[in-house]
Amino acid sequence: MADRFSAIELLRAGLSGQKRWTRHWRDPEPRSHYDVVIVGGGGHGLATAYYLAAIHGIRSVAVLEKTWIGGGNTGRNTTIIRSNYRLPQMQRLLEFSLQLWETLSDSLNYNLMFSQRGAVFLGHSDADMAKLAERGDSLRCAGIDAALMSRAEMAHRIPVLNMSPDARFPVVGGLIQERGGTARHDAVAWGYARAADALGVDIIQNCEVTGFDIDEGAVRGVETTRGRIGADRIGVCVAGSSSLVMALAGLALPIESHLLQAFVSEPVKPMIDTVIMSQSIHCYISQSDKGEIVLGGDPDHYPTYSQRGSPHRLEDVAAQAIALVPALSRLRMLRAWAGTTDMSFDGSPIIGATPIEGLYLNGGWCYGGFKATPGSGRVFAHHLATGEAHPIAAPFALDRFARGATIDEAGSGPAPQSR
Amino acid sequence: MMLISCPFCGPRAHVEFTYERPVEAVVPAGAQEDEAIGLLYQRTNPRGVSRELWRHTHGCRAWLAVERDTFTHAVSAVAPWSGR
Repeated sequence: MADRFSAIELLRAGLSGQKRWTRHWRDPEPRSHYDVVIVGGGGHGLATAYYLAAIHGIRSVAVLEKTWIGGGNTGRNTTIIRSNYRLPQMQRLLEFSLQLWETLSDSLNYNLMFSQRGAVFLGHSDADMAKLAERGDSLRCAGIDAALMSRAEMAHRIPVLNMSPDARFPVVGGLIQERGGTARHDAVAWGYARAADALGVDIIQNCEVTGFDIDEGAVRGVETTRGRIGADRIGVCVAGSSSLVMALAGLALPIESHLLQAFVSEPVKPMIDTVIMSQSIHCYISQSDKGEIVLGGDPDHYPTYSQRGSPHRLEDVAAQAIALVPALSRLRMLRAWAGTTDMSFDGSPIIGATPIEGLYLNGGWCYGGFKATPGSGRVFAHHLATGEAHPIAAPFALDRFARGATIDEAGSGPAPQSR
Repeated sequence: MMLISCPFCGPRAHVEFTYERPVEAVVPAGAQEDEAIGLLYQRTNPRGVSRELWRHTHGCRAWLAVERDTFTHAVSAVAPWSGR
């Protein structure tokens, strides 16, 4: 059993040279059978395992991770959290998630450094402002906080913005979700892992799934690099590699794997205390607690599993960021990375049953999965435990594409490269 | 960065080109509904060699069949598009 973290424990450990901490989760050998096996030890998989144990009382659960937990997209995003989506299905899912974030550090007894510093969309034109006003109205009708900001309010709230008359991207206003913000991405994986482990979940790293044991249309277990593991139900949470893993079960998905890059500057003193986003030019700017400026932008727009992108995209994002916040121009880039994104064909995730009995999929998160981690785990655990889709997840079923019931937030059609 | 040799313009940086879709997902005119849905929404999404339809958007604007590795980014063949 892991220590319970508290201020007093921290003080005690400080006085004893930080030597009394124990490991956060066990390193168990896989058993021959579990009630539920989760494939993928990222935030979504670990959250699913945690809620299976914590909410549904299912403790015979294993999380199988090919490498180390949180080493994929959980550790490669820009850590932004918000629920200000346009379509009601996405609003319900992301708001459910945001409400879980608000109490998650306490629930997990793990400091996720969740910071509701506000998430601001910039408006660069009258057309942008009309769009943002429409979105804000839709959000408030759904009970989600949103406030339209004038140019003067933007200048006051984000003093580093370029408000000069000849700015490359003029800022004429914005839309803020005050409850939006950021969290420490690695801590999300570690916090869920530790809490799930304490409830009896086996977290098995360095264990790659190499096949599914399917008998008469129903799944019976998985073949892995550490032997066969039987399971009554299997949940696959491997966004980025969903197509590859589901191909082992003979399924082709409405997903292409693309890549999204992000990068950080050297750390500097606090200068940006909110999340700045422009959806018109697709640039994201925030500052980590370490002081690094975190930047992200467009995906690279072609299928790839390489986890490395082209420098032209970094140049685009840097140019946009400097145009929006000229004070960034002298900063040096510290590191850049890329993640493989599960680009679904309507821009929304795929959560639920597959044509194979007992096999469930949670993927297709495009480049927006991190913010959904708690909600995604909670609704997926519900489906795995009860066999019925959670009402919030029901619209995200895999068969929606054939039914013509797509959830196309961007309205850009079945073309992942146009998102 | 990938270097794609356009059969009309020669080797050019991939930023001049636009990815469209895998060749397998090109929907033939007159396809039945079920076939069209399958082609539109199901992808093998391979990790390795893939045949894809690209366009030299910022060059000669020709449609091209590009054979490319989705892990190493090595481009092994580029030919003018001549249908599936």
